[in-house]
Amino acid sequence: MDILGWLNTLPGAAAQGMIWGIMAIGVFITYKILDIADLTVDGSICTGAAVSAVLITNGINPWVAILLSVAAGMLAGLITGLFHAFMGIPAILSGILTQLILWSLNLKIMGKANIALSVRSFNLIIAQVYSVKTLIILAAFVIIIIALLYWFFGTELGASLRATGNNLYMSRAQGINTGLAKVIGLMISNGIVALSGALLAQYSGAADINMGRGAIVIGLAAVIIGEALFSKMSTGFILRLLGVVIGGIIYYFVYQTVIFLGLDADLLKMLSAVIVALFLGLPYLKKTYFRGKSKGGSRKNA
Amino acid sequence: MLEIRNLTKIFNAGTVNEKVALSDLCLKLSDGDFVTVIGGNGAGKSTMLNMIAGVYPSDGGQILIDNVDVTELPEYKRAKYIGRVFQDPMMGTAADMWVEENLSIADRRGKRHGLSWAITKTDRRRYKEALAELGLGLEDRLSTKMGLLSGGQRQAVTLLMATIKAPKLLLLDEHTAALDPKTASKVLEITDRLITESSLTALMITHNMRDAIAYGNRLIMMNQGKIIFDISGAEKKALTVDDLLKKFEQISGEQFTNDRTLLS
Repeated sequence: MDILGWLNTLPGAAAQGMIWGIMAIGVFITYKILDIADLTVDGSICTGAAVSAVLITNGINPWVAILLSVAAGMLAGLITGLFHAFMGIPAILSGILTQLILWSLNLKIMGKANIALSVRSFNLIIAQVYSVKTLIILAAFVIIIIALLYWFFGTELGASLRATGNNLYMSRAQGINTGLAKVIGLMISNGIVALSGALLAQYSGAADINMGRGAIVIGLAAVIIGEALFSKMSTGFILRLLGVVIGGIIYYFVYQTVIFLGLDADLLKMLSAVIVALFLGLPYLKKTYFRGKSKGGSRKNA
Repeated sequence: MLEIRNLTKIFNAGTVNEKVALSDLCLKLSDGDFVTVIGGNGAGKSTMLNMIAGVYPSDGGQILIDNVDVTELPEYKRAKYIGRVFQDPMMGTAADMWVEENLSIADRRGKRHGLSWAITKTDRRRYKEALAELGLGLEDRLSTKMGLLSGGQRQAVTLLMATIKAPKLLLLDEHTAALDPKTASKVLEITDRLITESSLTALMITHNMRDAIAYGNRLIMMNQGKIIFDISGAEKKALTVDDLLKKFEQISGEQFTNDRTLLS
């Protein structure tokens, strides 16, 4: 095996992993905090990329482009939130509907299926060619996002979001507008996802209509890996979010490695989905089929 | 204080499963009334409490709290006036959040949820004192996840949450029914103390007739969505379980159908 060649892929994997890790933080907010499986992300990651790509190719500053990408992602979250909280459509279906809406909108935003963003023509913040600078900037993004979320979920409003995801009955009985809380959570989540899309467009040098396909699965994989890493330790919020980003990085290390080893790249999405399915099903499988062998717990509570 | 005028609730209206849960129910509570509610299965006790809290929309009638018509207010807006404890200890608290976080959410019931820090140092001190008064050793477990507490401890904390910001009305829906007898009587004791200390107005559903007689200043009995018996003061104190059973058969012409009542 060509060790040097493999080592050369690692900085790229770390950068991609961090970008997807940021996306996974968005998934964490809906999936773990709000207890909603939000499929909007498959569309909103592309929306973030599309908005940034169009703005940058039209000469707008990349930082401004990123901000507007975040705003676009929050709007996408708002649509899903309105479908779910004010029209009573199940969360998973609301996300699928928005995803479809975004498919059309993303094409309209870009005007075509693909926009190239060459680092030679534009003054990009991150790019594959500046690997050290990119890693530092991405790490800064990760730290700032985690700090902001740590602050937000410690506030009254943030606590009301966490309560909503935890127990709807209790939340309503305590005067929390649970519909509004879900909408706010979905907006924050999709804003972060669109941010990762904007970063991905700059990093990979293109926005593509298909770039979000299966994003939710990668996000879930990162969340699951992150939770597994820190499940034995304290469950502090900062560590959990950090775990999710590290989960994204590990996912991309594995991804690069199996590609490097010559696995057919077409099979990767299937592989990811099967692995995520296994992990999601594990608690149920344990409870249903391996009750006697588990280390107590489930039996005692029965 | 609380006034219910001709409240009606019909579930599955227009189908074969149609069930009139409340029919033209009228009830008036004065400030500081502590009312125990008894009745057979399906009498409409829980429906009445849930209607007051705004869980279901009304099919007719009005609910007024302190002369404010709340009939059309959504559940989360009525929470400003109402503290609630449910039968299921899992329902009243957020299991994955800390004890102090649960208390702080209850502490802000009816206020806007802004961007200031959810728990301050003074809050924490207050919560600690309030928990100490429960006498369950919870004052040292502020940062324990709610889900790790026992059912009785969770109900006690839920009670504290319901009363930490004195509600105009406290609704207790068989909140000791899921607890073992010893814990149940401890939680009832705490309930009585919290209600008397702050002279709260309260409605407490119970399946235990002895408790219904022992606690509160007024007792109502429900059957088929109506109040069939309403007694208060010294008369109520003098009641016995046999009196209540006889009264029920005499007024409704049926046997009392709550097995748990007869067994307890």
